[in-house]
This record gives sequence, C-alpha cells and structure tokens, in this order.
Amino acid sequence: MNATDRMIGRLTSGERQAALILCGLTALSGAALGLAGRNDVVGWHGLLMLLFAGGFGFLLMTRLDMAEPTEDRGASYYDDPIKAGIVLAMAWAVFGMFMGVWVAAQLAWPDLHFDNGWSTFGRLRPTHTTGVIFGFGGNALIATSFHVVQRTSRARLAGQVSPWFVLLGYNLFCLLAVTGYLLGITQSKEYAEAEWYADLWLVVVWVTYFVLYLRTIARRREPHIYVANWYFMAFIVVVAILHIVNNLALPISWGHAKSYTIWPGVQDAMVQWWYGHNAVAFFLTAGFLGMLYYYLPVRAQRPIFSYRLSILSFWGITFFYMWAGSHHLHYTALPHWVQTLGMTFSVMLLVPSWASAGNALLTLNGAWHRVRDDATLRFMMAAAVFYGLSTFEGSFLAIRPVNALSHYTDWTVGHVHAGALGWVALITFGSLYTLVPTLWKRERMYSAALVEVHFWLSIAGTLIYVFAMWNSGIIQGLMWRTYTEDGALAYSFVDSLVAMYPYYIARAFGGLLFLIGAVVGCYNMWMTVRAVPQATSRTGDQPVAAAVPGE
Amino acid sequence: MAVNERDPVTGRETTGHEWNGIKELDTPVPRGVLMFLILTHIWAIAWWFFVPAWPIGTTYTKGLLGVDQQTTVEARIIEGQSERAPWADRVASEPYDSILADEGLMQTVRSAGDQLFGDNCAACHGRDARGRAGYPDLTDDDWLWGGEPETIEQTLRLGINAAHPESRIAQMPAFGRDQMLERTQVRDVAAYVFALSNPDYSTEETIDRIEAGREVFATSCAACHGDNAEGMAEIGAPNLADDRWVYGGDMETIIASVHGGRQGHMPTWDERMTDAEIRTLSLYVHDLAARQP
Repeated sequence: MNATDRMIGRLTSGERQAALILCGLTALSGAALGLAGRNDVVGWHGLLMLLFAGGFGFLLMTRLDMAEPTEDRGASYYDDPIKAGIVLAMAWAVFGMFMGVWVAAQLAWPDLHFDNGWSTFGRLRPTHTTGVIFGFGGNALIATSFHVVQRTSRARLAGQVSPWFVLLGYNLFCLLAVTGYLLGITQSKEYAEAEWYADLWLVVVWVTYFVLYLRTIARRREPHIYVANWYFMAFIVVVAILHIVNNLALPISWGHAKSYTIWPGVQDAMVQWWYGHNAVAFFLTAGFLGMLYYYLPVRAQRPIFSYRLSILSFWGITFFYMWAGSHHLHYTALPHWVQTLGMTFSVMLLVPSWASAGNALLTLNGAWHRVRDDATLRFMMAAAVFYGLSTFEGSFLAIRPVNALSHYTDWTVGHVHAGALGWVALITFGSLYTLVPTLWKRERMYSAALVEVHFWLSIAGTLIYVFAMWNSGIIQGLMWRTYTEDGALAYSFVDSLVAMYPYYIARAFGGLLFLIGAVVGCYNMWMTVRAVPQATSRTGDQPVAAAVPGE
Repeated sequence: MAVNERDPVTGRETTGHEWNGIKELDTPVPRGVLMFLILTHIWAIAWWFFVPAWPIGTTYTKGLLGVDQQTTVEARIIEGQSERAPWADRVASEPYDSILADEGLMQTVRSAGDQLFGDNCAACHGRDARGRAGYPDLTDDDWLWGGEPETIEQTLRLGINAAHPESRIAQMPAFGRDQMLERTQVRDVAAYVFALSNPDYSTEETIDRIEAGREVFATSCAACHGDNAEGMAEIGAPNLADDRWVYGGDMETIIASVHGGRQGHMPTWDERMTDAEIRTLSLYVHDLAARQP
C-alpha cells in the first residue's frame, strides 16, 4: 500500500465521489479556458488545469471501490494534508531558491540568460519571488496552520476533502503563476504578477481555506483561542481582502491572458503598495508569527513570556500595518499627506513589532541551554532576532529623508532578504524540524548534525547576502546623489553598476549557501521519514476526545 | 477563581489556560514598551501638525511648516539650475572655439560630459566610447559625419536615419539581395575593399578578383565612397581604405555588408536634452578623439 492509497483510503466513498466531482469541475474549467484561449498563450494554462485536475481525478477514479475507512475521526487529527504540504513546501523552497541564485548570478554575469526569451531576468525574477513567497512560504503556512489549529483547538479539521482542495488548489495557482511568467504572462504588479484567471482561482481556494479554518475553530474543545490562531486568522482574512482588491481587473476577452486593472494611475500605485506592504505584513509576518507562537514554546518547553504583550503586539501589528503601504511611494506623484501617514504609522509600528520579537526571545528565558544545544530551537531564536532587526530597518527606511537615499537601491533588496531569509525561512525551518518527527511519529530528526550544518549555512548565507546589499545599496544611493562643485552629477548610472559588481557576486554566493542549506534540510527530512524508527514513548498530543477541564 | 500555576523560572503566574502543552505567563507589559509606544505616538502626532498629513473632504491639513513636496522639488530644480548656470550658460551660448580655448571651462565639460555620456550614449557606444559592431568608435579620428563640435552637434540633434524631420540619412543599398550585383561581383568588390586595408592579401592568386572588384567599385560604390574609397563625411559614407570599421573588416562581414546593405540608427536628442547638454556632449566627444595619443 503506497502513500496515495493510504491517503485516499482515509476518505469515505462519498468523500471520494465529492473529490472526483471537484476534480471534474476544475478540469472542465480548464478545458473551457483552453478552448476560449486556443489562439493565445492562455490556452496552455487551460491545458495545465485540465491535466492537473485530470491527474488527481484519475488517482481517485482508480480507487473508488476501496474499503471504507475504519479510523475513529472523533478521536484523531487529520494529518495527511499537512504531510503533503510539508513536502510541497520543501520542493518549492529548492525551486524558488535555485531561481533566486540564478537571477542573482545574472546580475553579476548577464550572459547567464543564454539568449532565451524565457530565461531573461524579467521572467525569471518573479518565478523566484513567487516560488519562495507563495510556493515555499504559502505551503508551509497552510501545513503548519492545519497542524496548529487542530492541536490548539483539540478539534479535527472541519472537512476531509476541503483541506486537500485548499492545498492542491493553492499549488495549482502557484504553478499557473510560475509557468505563466516563463511564457511571458504577467500583469506587472509586484508579488501579484499572476493574471486574472489564476487570481479568480485563488479567490475560490482562499475562501475555502477561510471557511475551513473558521469551522475548525468553531469546533474547538478549548475555552480560549490560542494566539497562534489569531495570527493565522488575520493572515487568511487580510490576504483574501488584499488579493481581491488589488487584482480587480478586466480581461480583454475570456480567451486572452491579458487584463487591465480597474485602478487608474497613482491610485493603482497606492492600491498595489497597500497590497504589497500588507502581503509582507499578513503573509510574511502574521502567518509566520502564528508559526512562531506554537513551535517556539513547544520546542523550548517554556510558557509564553507574556499574554498581555501578545495582545498588544497582535492588535498593534494588525492596525498599524494597514496604513504603512504608502511609504513605498515616497517622493512620487502620490500626495505628500499620504506619504506622511505612511511614514508616521510605519514608525509607530515598530513598537508592536519589537514587542513580538521580545516576547519570543523572553520566552526562551530558562531555556537558553536548549538554544545552545539544539539547532532547531536556535533556528527559531535567530528568526526572532532577524525579525526584530528587519522590522527596525523597515521603520527606519520608511522615514522620508532616509528613503530618499535608500529607495530604488539594493538596500531595499537587502532589507527584504533580512526578513525573508533571516525571519521567514529560519522560523519555517525551525518549525518544520519540530513538526516532521512529530507528524511522522519518529523518535527524532535523522541527523542533528545536519540540522546544525543547515543552521550555519543559513546564517552565513543570510549575513553575506545582507551585508553585500547594505554596502552596495548605500554606495548606489550615494553615487546617484553626488554632485560635482559645478552642480553636475558626479556619476552616471553605469558607473554605479560597475561599482556593484563585487557585491553582486557576494550576494549570489550568500544565496547559494542558503540554497545548499535547504537541500541539506530536504535530505534530512526525507531520511527522517525513511530511516528513523517509529517513536515508542514519545509524549504525544493531547487527544481530541480527552476530557476538557471544567466542561 | 482558582489560583493559577506559578512558573518556577520567572516566578510569574500563568493565565491558567493550556493548549496542547503550551501555557502563557501573565507578565504585565514591560514599562519600557509602554514608554516607547507613547514616545512614537507623541512623535507621530507632532509630525502631523508640521507637515501635510490628514485628508479633510477634498483638501488636507497643510501643516505648520508649510512644506509640500511639489513646491520643494520645483525650488530644488531651480536651485540646481542656478548652480550650473555659470558654466552651462557659457557652453550653451559661446562659440566652440572660445570654449575649447578655455581650459578651466573644458575641465567642467569633461566631468559633466562624462556623466551625460554614461547615461545617454554608453548603452550603444560603450562606457569607454570605443563602440562595438554596428556602433562607431568615437575615440578615433575616423568620423562618418565629421568630428568637429559643430558637426557632432548636428548629428546629436538630428540623428541618423531617425524620426527627426531633418534627420541625417545614410543608407548602404543591399547590392546582393536586391540583385544590383551578381554574386561573383559581390565577392570581387569585397576582395578589392578588403585588400585596401590588407595589402598582403594581394597575391598572384587573388589579383584577378581584386582587379575585377576595382571595376565594380568604380561603377557601383565610388559615387558615395569616393574614387579612392576614402568616404565622404557630407553624406555619412565611411572611409573604406583605413583599418577602422563600423560593422567589421573581415571578409565575411564585408560580403554581408555589400550583400545585405546597412542602415545604422542614431536617435535624435534634440528635444530630450537642453542646449547646454547637447553642446557639452558635442565638446566631450570631440575632445575624446582630440585627446587620443
């Protein structure tokens, strides 16, 4: 019996039929899109949807007559989609980071596009950002949120088919997005490049995710909703709003990939960066704080430092972030007053951000010996440190005169990667190293030494990357604003580009170290599932059906 | 209410809840956090009083400082222009000869021209202005349209085969493709042209082709390139007798040029730069060549 048999065998025959109908409907939509778009590149995406849904439909169809499941659903958690989500997250991590190293290398050595259209910088760059943010980050968030909500609510996921629809449907979106960039399909909105049909599909998937999450929390057998779930809920709700509003667009026809946004001019810019900054806030911050709030105290075996601080930082983060997007548009056609609001709210945002980082680090009081000995916990500690550093940097860069120097330079790129590598990726790796042995019921990770190797590769890679970009960004910014005593510009743009060369090489090298670390992590997780014996005396989860105190 | 559990490490009470083993302490928010929160709020509110900040209907609060980015940037542009005016006005209005004679002014032209060249010309002609296949070297003494500041200025303003109504026009016809010359004639004339800058090529074996090529050249090429193949700067026809080439001087490239023709493109900069900038660049490019050893 292989994994597919086991996973499908846990669905009742009614659920298998429902899943098959869903696959059929998706395949039909794909066929319709392919037919309408047969004279456009979008036809390929119709075919991709058809094959994707058809493939899963085939798996189901050949297993429709399997025996009914025997497990007691009232007394167990639903972990299959979580396992699949972890595998997908790690696969996307390797793909997305490889693309990152490639585009970084192209900046130092432009010939690395090998004269193909699909491999030019403009097309590869969004495959990197989408691959790591949505592919790696998104799958990790879906998987861990499914795990955390069940354990902290002591309730099984409110559905057998819908978690699969969310996970696989989301990955179909990622595939449509990434293959679209290579085909030259983009709506040219940063971090929202995917075109209208992929966006519509994501709305369906995301609303399903939202409903599933709410229904699971509604089933909870704990009197209170744990902090991690506040953050996951904020992540799901706000991402839905951002995605819908920023992607309001009219396709030129049902058979074409191209669409036009409904937002005109500077309002489009404002909506885009309201989206862009809150994608950082609610996708890359709130979601991953949800992760931190569960896996860090579990691994440290310490209570959260302060519940009150959690409240303050949660509401601070959710309220202040909403205002901050306009700091991406300092000194542009956007009215001055909107820039002032963006800047001042960004500065006020620093306090709740640091409160979160501080709450995480103070939770480690009494467990610092574990941080020293356990690279998994050290991943999470380092993540909290980088979270604190990059939120400080973010508020600093949002101040208009500072932004005058940093805007459009590599400093921004360095800032993003201090957050994306140092915070988002490190907290994810720490969480997955905690989660993988638990979920597959293994005694431990295959190799603690390899976790250690991964940790140091990640730290070295991040530091090399960030220092290179700080240097090059500040040099760029200074070169662009230096005047001679005659009042003429001292340097041309090309001069600044030549000055970047050594830093671009260093950046690509830092990224390469980080990628190697991720590959080591994949191997370690794979071997954990393959080669580590089943745990016999592991302290397990509190079961779903255990008596609730005071009930 | 039952007394909550007390954490042995910190001595704090927990909130009394537990989620799959996770507990929370009831630690109060540290005073420093509250101070910091109050401080950033005071700063933000104060800032709102000083600069444009909050929308009110169709307008917004203007702020006590009376600043606005639009007026600021306009003032800074004027400030910048007046800083450059002492030399830029002279470059824009004085005759080239007197500027070239003023070494102090030429120093400024060289440094300002270097940046202008880097931002506007280097993409095609290279950062060192040495060009590449299809884009002429600007540092040598071989000019398609003349290397005096006045003629360079004309080239910059009008462009070559450009959208400007008075654009310089230069076209090398596609003698082979448009069947003005036979295949053998193309080869012969290419051999002749190649031999002009490669005297060693002329041997007993090749002399017949070269001589045949000389006749083809006289009837088909000399009208533009001149009887001695030294080109005509008035119509942008390149000198073929030297060893400097726009598209390449190897036999294969010469055959390709004769067969398929050439029509280079230089954009017009007339409306994209100020007079001072165009004249700075004209002087800069002229000076590049003049300064070569």
